[in-house]
Amino acid sequence: MKKIVILLSMATCLFLFSFTTDKKGYQVGDDVSDFNLKSTSGEMVSLASYKDAKGFIIIFTCNHCPFSMAYEDRIIALQAKYKAKGFPVVAINSNNKDVSPEDSYEEMIKRAAEKKFNFNYLYDSTQEIAHQFGAARTPHVFIVEKQKSNLKMKYIGAIDDNTDEPEAVTKKYVETAVDQILAGQEVTTPMTKAIGCTIKWKK
Amino acid sequence: MSLSAQKREVIKLDQLLTILNNKSDSLLVLNFWATWCKPCVEEMQEFLRIEQELENKKVRFIYLSLDFKRDFETKLVPFVNKRKMKSDVFLLDEPDYDAWINIVDPSWQGSIPATLLLTPNAENRHFHEGQLTYLELKKIINTYLP
Repeated sequence: MKKIVILLSMATCLFLFSFTTDKKGYQVGDDVSDFNLKSTSGEMVSLASYKDAKGFIIIFTCNHCPFSMAYEDRIIALQAKYKAKGFPVVAINSNNKDVSPEDSYEEMIKRAAEKKFNFNYLYDSTQEIAHQFGAARTPHVFIVEKQKSNLKMKYIGAIDDNTDEPEAVTKKYVETAVDQILAGQEVTTPMTKAIGCTIKWKK
Repeated sequence: MSLSAQKREVIKLDQLLTILNNKSDSLLVLNFWATWCKPCVEEMQEFLRIEQELENKKVRFIYLSLDFKRDFETKLVPFVNKRKMKSDVFLLDEPDYDAWINIVDPSWQGSIPATLLLTPNAENRHFHEGQLTYLELKKIINTYLP
C-alpha cells in the first residue's frame, strides 16, 4: 500500500512538473500542435484546413490594444505578400471578453469588416491556444513551417523594430524569417522581443 | 527625498542604463507602463498609495512610460499632472524594443505593466511582469527595503 502511495505522489509530482513547463509555451524548434478555432467568417479554421500552405504567420492580436492597431495595416500587407508564397497570416484573439469587452467575438467581426481583413481572424475563447503557444502580449508572432508530417516552430517575436513609425522600420523580422524559410535557409534572428499589451487573462 | 522638482522628460537608452545602475542609497522601484494601458493605470493607483505611505523611507519610484514620443505633451504630461504624480516620470524613446528588453530583465516577454526593484548599486534585483496588487507590491518592497 505504502509503495502505491509513493508511486502515486511521484506521478502527481511529474504531472505538476510537466504542467508548469507546458505553461511556458513553445520554443523555436518545437513541434507545434494544430488547433481549431472559430473565424469571424463563422467557419471553424484549423491549420490543416490550409491545404496548399507551406507554413503560417500566426499572430496573437486583438481589437483594443494600440500596439495591435498600429500593426493592422502591416498585417494586411503581410497576408497580401505571403499568402501567395504559401505563408498565410492566421490572426488569433485570445483576450477574455469579460476583462476586455472590446475584444469580444462580435467586436472582432466588426473590426474585421471595418479594416477589410484579408486573413482569418480567429477567436480563442478558452485562451487554451494562447497558453499552448506561450503568447504573452499583443501583437506576438509565431512563424511555423509545415514539414513532412509535422509543424515546426521557426520564429517567435515581433513583426519589425518600430511600432509607431512604419516608415522608420529598419529590421523586418517576420519578412526576413519567412524569406529565409522559403529559401531553405536558417532563420538568422529566430527570437525577438517587443513591448505590447498583455493578453487579458480570465480573472 | 530630494526637494528638487520632479522630472518629466523624454529619455534614451543611455539614460535608462544609468537609472539601472541605481547609484543611490535608496531602493529603486522602476515601473514600466503607458497611459493607454488599462492594467497599468489601475496598478498606478496602488503605486501612488504606497509611495505616499513610504514617503520617509529609503525608496525612490521612477515611472518609465512606453507611450509613443508624439504623445508626450498631449497624453503623458496631462496624465501625470492630473494624478499629481510626485516622482520622476520619463518617456523612453527607444522604438527598437528588442535592443533593450533583455537588458532590463531576460525573463521579460515585453508586456506591460512590468516592475523592476533595484537595491543600491543594483546589487539585488527583483523583476515582475504583470499587474501587481497593493499587497503584492508592499510585500516585495518590504523584502528589499534597506
